[in-house]
Amino acid sequence: MLRKLLIAVAMVAGAAQPLFAADAASDPKGEFKAFRDYFTNRFPKVALDDFVNGPYSMDEGLRKQWKAIDEFPPYDFAIDKGKEMFATPFKNGKSYGDCFPNKGIGVRQDYPQFDAKSGQVITLDMALNNCREANGEKPFDYTKDDMAALTAYMAFTSRGKPMNIKIPDDPRALAAYTNGKRYFYTRRGQLNFSCASCHVQNPGNHIRTEVLAPALGIMNAMPIYRSAWGGMGTTSRRLRTCNSQVRGVPLPGESEEYRDVEYYLSYMANGLPISGPGTRP
Amino acid sequence: MASTIRVRAIASGDATQVQALISHPMDSGFVKDSKGQLIPAHHIDVVEFEHNGKVVFTCLWGPAVSKDPYVKFSFKGAKKGDDLKVSWVDNKGQSDSSVAKIG
Amino acid sequence: MNDFSGAPRQTRRTILKGAVGIAVLGLGGVSLMTDAHAAADAKAWPDKAFSAKGEADALKALYGKTGEPSDKVNLDAPEIAENGAVVPIAVASTLPNVTGIAILVLENPNTLAAAYKIPEGTEASVASRLKMAKTSKVMAVVESGGKLFTATKEVKVTVGGCGG
Repeated sequence: MLRKLLIAVAMVAGAAQPLFAADAASDPKGEFKAFRDYFTNRFPKVALDDFVNGPYSMDEGLRKQWKAIDEFPPYDFAIDKGKEMFATPFKNGKSYGDCFPNKGIGVRQDYPQFDAKSGQVITLDMALNNCREANGEKPFDYTKDDMAALTAYMAFTSRGKPMNIKIPDDPRALAAYTNGKRYFYTRRGQLNFSCASCHVQNPGNHIRTEVLAPALGIMNAMPIYRSAWGGMGTTSRRLRTCNSQVRGVPLPGESEEYRDVEYYLSYMANGLPISGPGTRP
Repeated sequence: MASTIRVRAIASGDATQVQALISHPMDSGFVKDSKGQLIPAHHIDVVEFEHNGKVVFTCLWGPAVSKDPYVKFSFKGAKKGDDLKVSWVDNKGQSDSSVAKIG
Repeated sequence: MNDFSGAPRQTRRTILKGAVGIAVLGLGGVSLMTDAHAAADAKAWPDKAFSAKGEADALKALYGKTGEPSDKVNLDAPEIAENGAVVPIAVASTLPNVTGIAILVLENPNTLAAAYKIPEGTEASVASRLKMAKTSKVMAVVESGGKLFTATKEVKVTVGGCGG
């Protein structure tokens, strides 16, 4: 049964993918529109802002359980912890707020950003560790606990704000966007799935026992408290889990590919509200 | 140390609706760690809610209650501004308590 | 451990340890926590009920009796749990003189998942989040006027809540 399902998914995924032609030059604005239209045409009954709710925008039974849990969500503890960390200065007297505009409040939607100085994409998580290291502190593990608490708090202060990712007029920024797009559409792992196999070809369908989330807005709920983890996880944690799930090799947290694919997907979600932190099955 | 207990208590007319979320691993004792060893059971046994010296709700919980457990219930006889005391004790004898204002 | 704090506490402990005593003494309508105390009391935990297997044994250990189905017990549980580790379940009842609510997951390693004591003045309703090991009937039990009334619903679980 599982084999049949996997073969079916692979066959669908193998069909022509209209959103990405491997050799064409990147056209972010045009691709943004094509990506958006693909999902809104496929799911005309889903409100645009609802896509950020992942599987809950796709399945009524799941949605009801999500509403029950979101009434008093388990990520509240992570938000509290993040708020406390923000209020606690480093050993040198500075604090996280000193590394961000507006003291780090209400800025999550501007990440990831292309940093001209270092020539790479900086995600919120990376910016936080950069902040720590610049102030003489050790960096946090990228996948959970302290990093998830910080990003949970920052996401919470940006709730409802529209995703706001910029691709500056810099060939390196466009290259990073293109690299992210390529990662998203490249097959990997023993199951030979790309991110698109599940999240573009099969949103709302089941893979094994899970309902697949649409790729549109898939970053907006980060970080997430997953019932499966019994705790919080960051974007890195989820991407590593996805890699493992297709029996591929997980990359270290905040690897260049991860940052670039987050850049690509976040740009595709421009205008959609930040819903994080979120809960997921 | 931050409290493990988050409470929302809202009075509406004569009824006060209480929601509580508690930070606790609620280990069932059935799960193995990455080395294959069973993680011992560690879960809240009893939660008590008290208003004006009277216990208004008691939870008797076992290992099948979810991690970071949640409960919602409703009781009469309180008004906005009153105190609601919440306390829990687990199977290892650890405990915590908190007083929340009814809003 | 010796307890020299006097008769009331001894009586309460005796009642709580042997739930059969409740039925015999006809205390179905009385709240079991009769003395005010500062913090949750670990001695109140019904350990036999929580290690009982099967609906009948769990209810006998907890309440000293078994129950009968009633349409006045409302059990709200999903048809398919999104994840067996966190299943939102709510129970409410219009029955009179409700003193307790319990939730059983019949296919769990231990049947009793949670029990609630409802003193007078508290509504007969509770919402919680429970673990289910696999697809199972969930049974809500309401103690009303000294008798037990139940409602049962099957919840499908595809990702088990006990770590599987």
